[in-house]
Amino acid sequence: MTQFTNEDVKYFAGFAKLAVSDEEAAVYAEKLSELAGFAKELKEVNTEGIAPMTHPIQLYNVLREDVPVDVLDREEMLKSVREHEDGQIKVPNIL
Amino acid sequence: MTLVNKTAAELQSLLHNKEVSVKELTESAFSRIEEVDGEVQAFLKTTKEEALERAEQLDQEPMEGRGPLFGLPIGIKDNIVTKGIETTAASKMLEGFVPVYDATVVEKVNEAGMVSVGKLNLDEFAMGSTTESSAFKKTTNPWNIAHVPGGSSGGSAAAVAAGEVPFSLGSDTGGSVRQPAAFCGIVGMKPTYGRVSRSGLVGLAGSLDQIGPMTRNVEDNALLLSAISGVDARDSSSSSQPVPDFRAALTGDVKGLKIAVPKEFIGEGVPAPIQNAVKEALNVLESLGAQWEEVSLPHVKYAAPTYYVICSSEASSNLSRYDGIRFGYRAEGVKNLEELYTRSRAEGFGEEVKKRILFGTYALSADHHEDLYVQSQKVRTLIAQDFATVFEKYDVIIGPTSATTAYEMGQTVKDPLMLYTNDVLTVPVNLAGVPAISVPCGFSDGLPIGLQIIGKHFDEATIYKTAHAFEQATDFHTRTPSLGEGK
Amino acid sequence: MNFETIVGLEVHVELKTDTKIMSPAPAHFGADPNRNIHVVDLAYPGVLPTLNKRAVEYGMKAALALNCEIAPVMNFDRKHYFYPDNPKAYQISQDDRPIGSNGWVEIEVDGKKKKIRIERVHLEEDAGKLTHSDYGYSLVDLNRQGTPLIEIVTEADVRSPEEAYAFLEKLKAIIQYTGVSDVRMEEGSLRCDANISLRPFGQEQFGTKTELKNLNSFNFVRRGIANEVERQEKILLAGGEIQQETRRYDEATGETTLMRVKGSANDYRFINDPDLTEVHIDEAWIDRVRAEIPELPDARKDRYMNELDLPAYDAMVLTLTKEMSDFFDATVATGADAKLASNWLMGDVSAYLNAEAKELHETALTPEGLASMVKLITDGTISSKIAKKVFKELIEKGGDAADIVKAKGLVQISDEGALRTMVNEALDANPQSIEDYKNGKDRAIGFIVGQVMKASKGQANPPLVNKILLEEIQKR
Ligand SMILES: [Mg+2]
Ligand SMILES: [Zn+2]
Repeated sequence: MTQFTNEDVKYFAGFAKLAVSDEEAAVYAEKLSELAGFAKELKEVNTEGIAPMTHPIQLYNVLREDVPVDVLDREEMLKSVREHEDGQIKVPNIL
Repeated sequence: MTLVNKTAAELQSLLHNKEVSVKELTESAFSRIEEVDGEVQAFLKTTKEEALERAEQLDQEPMEGRGPLFGLPIGIKDNIVTKGIETTAASKMLEGFVPVYDATVVEKVNEAGMVSVGKLNLDEFAMGSTTESSAFKKTTNPWNIAHVPGGSSGGSAAAVAAGEVPFSLGSDTGGSVRQPAAFCGIVGMKPTYGRVSRSGLVGLAGSLDQIGPMTRNVEDNALLLSAISGVDARDSSSSSQPVPDFRAALTGDVKGLKIAVPKEFIGEGVPAPIQNAVKEALNVLESLGAQWEEVSLPHVKYAAPTYYVICSSEASSNLSRYDGIRFGYRAEGVKNLEELYTRSRAEGFGEEVKKRILFGTYALSADHHEDLYVQSQKVRTLIAQDFATVFEKYDVIIGPTSATTAYEMGQTVKDPLMLYTNDVLTVPVNLAGVPAISVPCGFSDGLPIGLQIIGKHFDEATIYKTAHAFEQATDFHTRTPSLGEGK
Repeated sequence: MNFETIVGLEVHVELKTDTKIMSPAPAHFGADPNRNIHVVDLAYPGVLPTLNKRAVEYGMKAALALNCEIAPVMNFDRKHYFYPDNPKAYQISQDDRPIGSNGWVEIEVDGKKKKIRIERVHLEEDAGKLTHSDYGYSLVDLNRQGTPLIEIVTEADVRSPEEAYAFLEKLKAIIQYTGVSDVRMEEGSLRCDANISLRPFGQEQFGTKTELKNLNSFNFVRRGIANEVERQEKILLAGGEIQQETRRYDEATGETTLMRVKGSANDYRFINDPDLTEVHIDEAWIDRVRAEIPELPDARKDRYMNELDLPAYDAMVLTLTKEMSDFFDATVATGADAKLASNWLMGDVSAYLNAEAKELHETALTPEGLASMVKLITDGTISSKIAKKVFKELIEKGGDAADIVKAKGLVQISDEGALRTMVNEALDANPQSIEDYKNGKDRAIGFIVGQVMKASKGQANPPLVNKILLEEIQKR
């Protein structure tokens, strides 16, 4: 798929949790089609036997000792939280 | 007295001779900011009070034990978190957000005795190459304010070019330090991936992001990189490679240096003034005893789509934490959790950010994971191998930093593909994880041209040596924009 | 029954590390809300995960104890989904390179042994806690966010609710022996989901499965599966089709109810986490971790039966927890009689622990203390009856049985002359019993023995009393 419909945009926006109006969907459909068309070139590269590169520098076994440090102060944390109650973060119910 | 046009070494000797205090130096930075930032719009926030207070404290410190960056002003790109100082990443999503911790690089510049004067504008979440996608303001190019400063570290580049600060920190995911450095006629280094801790850098794409120093000259740049480099327990991807004193590499001696010039970097897409400037630079280096040859990086033609898939995929992942719950923008009057998510994110993010999140979500989705995401990582391997092959025979790779000079404001919005063609020059470096610098190498229609010098993994020293030798043989770095003069 | 039950289990076990798997915040159960948090747990802009070495080693230890192969190279992946208890909107987990794979656990149901294969054991981070209110909102506590977990996924080898129960018991015991987790379902340090499907006997292909959640005890797992099997059976017999869905076990009704229908709605968009490095595990590291694994319950059970001649039942009960088994081993190591030690542990000790809701280490009883008492019983110094008094003292106050016996004057009376006098006194006082005995009522003996024991405050040696009584009663 390199041509996005409004429905395609909304399908992916669903996973990305982005509210998208019909007008916006149309705009994104065009932009995403352009990007996807551009990315289509990648398919022509022969990558048989080539390992995917996930990290640009090969480091391994970077491990932390199991020693606790000072915790984040709850009141400090709550300063960034819009709604809270009894030290907990408030969110609307699922439905 | 305009102190901020001086080099670190010059400023340091003024401090040592007590001709100027740290406080006076700090004040002079703010007076320049007050003078020109109305036009340049580089700063999202200045922290004059804190800076002056710190300057006074620093003035009490004994002369002995002061390092080469002691007392010097620096600006920080606003996607680098600063404890107690609002950090927005130029997004409405983080408007008013006050971090509770400092990025490692911020701790390090503080330890070096530098004075942070404020936070610099960028493209929203560092996504862009013009700084136009900032949710808050449009930074201009100090050489011509009708043009963009480049991006995403546009504020960091413009502030240095405009003489507001001698030092700034930027971040480079696909060229975001080097390209604005080129557009603004300054020096910008993207270090080897893992050289500088990413702890406290608002993540765009974790496998590509790297913080880099931006300065008016190569020596200052080397000083700042030495100060911010090193392994960090808070960043597992930071390397324990020893950090050299990069200034020691500035010997001026490039005799026998082997330079590779990829034909893909100076091809037909690159207009004559820029091709000429690069060729002239190669002549300069040749005259200093270096040799250059044309080579090929056959897979870099796929670098831009590879980069867009990887960067967008990782960005879609990293930016999912902005959900309106623990911090950041939260939509009003939502009926339920789903609406809290979808509206907070729709209202908090700008269009470019949402486009990339959507594209990344698409590239990672079950149906495309293999042919887009994994395939791009495989092509990335091939691109990295291209570099490794060239570096078996050559010390550095040289080309232009950008195929164009700074765009006019609004120009790229009409022609977005122009950006992708420019990306071909910068993104391969991030994909391969190698270091690269941009140094000024000419002007076209009054706008600076940047020369890109790419090195081997962890061999920033050779890059600095080359850049410094070129700089000392030319005078581009001494030119300053006429901004604010006579006003 | 027309259908074969097919069950696969997914078990999450919290690892008992001092800090979280990806942040250095303390990982403790039961702190005040949002007190054990770190900037990393909040997913603040710019924070990066750092991998806890002990969590890796605990995961490895559990995987080895479950007979898994250990991945020579593993990494961490991001699993994306939005939920308020999941701050990054991705969980750091392991997708294609889990730390352990291809393991097995042997279970025994109705005397039949069977291996349940383990498909994989992977490391991941736990989510925070969400409390729903009745007023249209929920509250988020991130203390648990980032607690290290292992997820253990079985092959669909389980064929009945009883097998599921037996598997969980065994799994719990094994993990508990390794010491990497408390494995307490009531505290949430062990959680289980079940994938259940039916297929006609003889059919190879699996039927559509449902996923069963909210199984908060091993009994609920057993009942939940049984109930779900029943529900699916009814549908299939009526010619219906099973929907792929997630169901919730309702403890009150014992039934399962629909939570959500599974469609294409789950697309976790896994990526290898660029913020974390690979972990390379060589043989030397594996050997080091393997050496820390104690003898596991099955091996101990075999040893108890083969070397100590204990009945299978004793061996099974003694090895249910490592604490009991270790205690038993330590008791026997001092030379105490194994069967007698086993009887006491399974009997009076367990009864005491149950009644007081205590664990062994919370009592004053030591293996040396128990052994000292067992030895006094074996050499006839005290009777089992006196031992009960000694035991009470040992488990409540501790010490050595011989000291207690001496201090309380509880030594068994084995002096034949003294006992004979006491027997004759009892016979004199109960002529009716003598009469009854002569008339063939053997119970009368028991009554007289009881009188002697009472008169001796329980200190008379019962076998000796018996012997003397028979001699004396013949003389009457
Ligand atoms: Mg699972
Ligand atoms: Zn799991």
